[in-house]
Amino acid sequence: MAIEVRIPTILRQYTGGAKAVEGAGDTLADLLTNLDTAHPGLRARLITAEGGLHRFVNVYVNDEDVRFLGALDAKLDDGDTVTILPAVAGG
Amino acid sequence: MLTISRDLVDAIVAHARRDHPDEACGIVAGAAGSDTPTRHVPMLNAERSPTFYRFDSMEQLRVWREMDDRDEEPVVIYHSHTATEAYPSRTDTSLAGEPRAHYMLVSTRDPEQDEIRSYRIVDGSVTEEPVRVIDAKVDPAAVTTYMFGQNQAQVDYECSAG
Repeated sequence: MAIEVRIPTILRQYTGGAKAVEGAGDTLADLLTNLDTAHPGLRARLITAEGGLHRFVNVYVNDEDVRFLGALDAKLDDGDTVTILPAVAGG
Repeated sequence: MLTISRDLVDAIVAHARRDHPDEACGIVAGAAGSDTPTRHVPMLNAERSPTFYRFDSMEQLRVWREMDDRDEEPVVIYHSHTATEAYPSRTDTSLAGEPRAHYMLVSTRDPEQDEIRSYRIVDGSVTEEPVRVIDAKVDPAAVTTYMFGQNQAQVDYECSAG
């Protein structure tokens, strides 16, 4: 099952500079575990020590923010596109 | 150095003034690799707060996709400080996620005086840079006086000391 994952500039150090990579998984959590094999370090930038999705990373499945889809439990299907963007935020 | 047109600076400052006392935020997109900001996109501050800002996640996806389609990148990412100087806060520094962007800060603390400054923020380290404002509308044939090394169509703002 192939899912396209779009990688932001700041995380391309983990993908050899690639803007998009392919992964597999039934949920976002599975996908991130799967991606970490080919791209070690990527998962740790997205998931906190407590095991939740990092607050200042936005992850989308197709056109939806995964926060509205169950976060790491968000279901994925073949052909979905997952987009990762650093939140733009500050004080 | 950030080189940016007067029109864009005026539009950013106007946005910051309009949203005061909440923080305003947005980007100026430009052709990828050009380092030239051309297209102003004011963004919603999803926090609607005088002390914090965050792009609305759905609006950010739409704007980032649009930039992708047009082969653009966020050349400038700006936000305002409404009660403090135009210098990145600790949160600004730790959350900065676009190492190639110019982070512009606008302070609206003084209702009369605009304060704009620009920074690179890479891996938690802040470097201030000069801002060169180009006034495209100046008539180059107009008679003006100016200092050696300057001309009537551009103003350089040096970094503040410290």
